Amino acid sequence: MTGFEAVVLTIVTAATPLLIAALGELVTERSGVLNLGVEGMMIVGAVTGFAGAQLTGSPYLGVIAAMAGGMALSSLFGFLVLRLAANQVASGLALTLLGLGLSGMIGEAFIGQPGLKLERIDIPFLTDLPVVGTILFGQDPLVYASVALAVCVSRFLFHTRAGLALRAVGNNHASAHMLGVHVIRTRFLAVLFGGACSGLAGGYLSLAYTPQWVEGMTAGRGWIALALVVFASWMPLRAAVGAYLFGGALILQFHAQAEGIPLPSQFLSALPYIATVAALVILSRDQWRARNDSPSCLGQVFVPDR
Amino acid sequence: MPGGNVLLEARGIVKRFGGLAANDRIDLAVHAGELHALLGENGAGKSTLVKILYGSLQPDEGAVSWEGRPTTVGNPAEARALGIGMVFQHFSLFEGLTVAENIALALPPDAAGRGLADDVRSVSESYGLPLDPAARVASLPVGVRQRIEIVRCLLQRPRLLIMDEPTSVLTPQEAERLFETLRRLAGEGCAVLYISHRLEEVRQLCHSATVLRHGRVVGRPDPKTASMADLARLMVGADVQGAGNREGRPAATGPVRLAVRGLSLEADTPFGVSLDDVSLEVRGGEIVGVAGVAGNGQDELFAALSGETPASDDAAIEIDGRACGRMGPRRRRRLGAAFIPEERLGHAAVPAMRLSENAVLTRHGTDPELATGGLLHLSQARGLARRIVERFDVRAPEGDPEAGALSGGNLQKFVVGRELDRRPGVLAVSQPTWGVDIGAATGIRRELAALARDGAAVLAISQDLDEILEISDRIAVISRGRLSPAVPTGDTTREAIGLLMGGAGD
Ligand SMILES: Nc1ncnc2c1ncn2[C@@H]1O[C@H](COP(=O)(O)OP(=O)(O)OP(=O)(O)O)[C@@H](O)[C@H]1O
Ligand SMILES: [Mg+2]
Repeated sequence: MTGFEAVVLTIVTAATPLLIAALGELVTERSGVLNLGVEGMMIVGAVTGFAGAQLTGSPYLGVIAAMAGGMALSSLFGFLVLRLAANQVASGLALTLLGLGLSGMIGEAFIGQPGLKLERIDIPFLTDLPVVGTILFGQDPLVYASVALAVCVSRFLFHTRAGLALRAVGNNHASAHMLGVHVIRTRFLAVLFGGACSGLAGGYLSLAYTPQWVEGMTAGRGWIALALVVFASWMPLRAAVGAYLFGGALILQFHAQAEGIPLPSQFLSALPYIATVAALVILSRDQWRARNDSPSCLGQVFVPDR
Repeated sequence: MPGGNVLLEARGIVKRFGGLAANDRIDLAVHAGELHALLGENGAGKSTLVKILYGSLQPDEGAVSWEGRPTTVGNPAEARALGIGMVFQHFSLFEGLTVAENIALALPPDAAGRGLADDVRSVSESYGLPLDPAARVASLPVGVRQRIEIVRCLLQRPRLLIMDEPTSVLTPQEAERLFETLRRLAGEGCAVLYISHRLEEVRQLCHSATVLRHGRVVGRPDPKTASMADLARLMVGADVQGAGNREGRPAATGPVRLAVRGLSLEADTPFGVSLDDVSLEVRGGEIVGVAGVAGNGQDELFAALSGETPASDDAAIEIDGRACGRMGPRRRRRLGAAFIPEERLGHAAVPAMRLSENAVLTRHGTDPELATGGLLHLSQARGLARRIVERFDVRAPEGDPEAGALSGGNLQKFVVGRELDRRPGVLAVSQPTWGVDIGAATGIRRELAALARDGAAVLAISQDLDEILEISDRIAVISRGRLSPAVPTGDTTREAIGLLMGGAGD
């Protein structure tokens, strides 16, 4: 494996969890629900995924356990904000705190255990191709799944009726209700999808990125995913661009720091954020479109008139 | 009178909002194939009743039956499953979506497939309500939004079609085509429950009528035989007089208080209309009416006058001789101008804010007693809201309600009253009497005339040609972003204006 290949691989593994979590949150927000608990759902996904793999001996069952963990937490959130009409910002922040605490408790038994790794795929010939072989044909399955997910989410949102209904609910829940769309049900499903994605993103960390359980191992990635959604102006493919850009800048600045490039390290550490913000601002510079793409009901409680 | 079976029957419907009974033991029966008018002054409870029938409000008492079987309509989805479609008074459109997407949402999945854009285009043309399926609703004026609402509802092929003031922002031609469509639907057995403040069209169109006042049924006149005056008396409970025609008054000789000079503005949205070399002068003491078909640049002209879209050049707009083309709305208000946009919910007023807060929103910059040094004086604001409510006969719930709790016409009276109460020197108003009952509409027109008489310059943009002819001293016509020269009302005819509206002046 060449140095170049190694760098690209690390970029991909850095970008994948961001992308998966961002896609989930994007769908949730498109339905008009702001779930700030991504970080909490991710870390719970990381620990349930790790535990699932350890207990069953299969990293694939671990992946499922990770999604289930994220979904369980998100269903609690959905119940609070959709059924009880609780404040979304407060509930989301509480969810993050809850997730961090819960994961520490569940994970206590697993600290220091060597984990099961989701193996990279290996296709004879193709994977052995020079330069592009490992990059295109030698990633772990979740990398392919995340890219496919971005395309599917985009198709779903803009080319299916259910996706249209979901956007409509986020755009104007009162009108959607008047047209007979089930606002609460749609939002609940979107919240669950977001939870599954966050859980999966967490599971990626503990099953593929660094196969072990470490407390707080999500290290703020949930927050970055949240920011990506906004900067991608709620467009799934832009979120993919953003995730890879961020991943790329993150890895490159590590290398730059290691090489001893004469720039202040604080600046280099800030670079991924600056680069991502700049790029996505340029991508969504069409003001008028951006304004209309944002879900106008984001964060608002829906209680139908009686 | 078509003798279809009873399709929908409501008995003893009661709906209370706090202490106020918006509906008080209402009985109503609608037959298949019948065009049934629901009449009443602003706040009589018409919208409340139809929202109950559509399942978006639940009655406190009373029962509904559908084709003779008792039913409860728990939510709009259930009403739609029965075959009830509704055109809302306050639109239920999705601003961020395209016209085609807005329509697709209301149709069964199989009807909303790939060919929808073409369907929308051809069907809307055939109803005489043309639509561009790719346009985004956010960029469209209310007239076009109304067309979307109607076309969307017609495409659902409902068995009972409820229309809450569908024609208040349509042109006479569009309304005429709509009536043909409604008659045809009725002929095919569809029942229509029709709410309108335009009594003339009710008399033309409807087979039967139910009149509400203060939430109660006060009569079921036959609209074919009852006169306008009869209907109006029944609605209001007293005789209604006209505002008096302004025709034949001497031309105003006051100073030019509002001037637009060679104003050109590129549309800032892909579906907007560009203003092209618009020039206009309004003198103190006169009302100049701007007629035109919806979506010909009225919104853009209004936004340029109010300062929401500043011009590139200060000299393009003058208020009392002060060049102000690049000023924002607040600075223009400080020059003595006032603005009343057409869309009352969301543009002229914030539905979730109280009336006093809404009063502050347009007046904090000009009324020092409402705000000093960035601090609001809320008791003053409440006093102001009360004053407006009393003076303009706004029938609002007790206390200081949220704007969204007012009936459509009453909110309109409030937003008009808020600006008139200031006695502005220059007033630009768009659709001043949209959704206001005839008694109150006359009142508003009279207030506009009084304002002009006291020396103010009034510019009124309206799609209601009768209104323009009634209130204006001079009339200009806007078509595709160009404004025709304003001519005295006495020197022009309905036909001449109609031709200009169709673009004959280009
Ligand atoms: N959500 C609400 N909360 C409180 N009061 C309400 C609410 N909705 C309506 N009302 C009150 O109920 C009464 C009837 O309102 P409604 O909207 O049915 O009148 P309307 O006949 O449709 O009038 P308009 O011709 O002006 O549209 C009004 O006095 C209104 O203020
Ligand atoms: Mg109404």
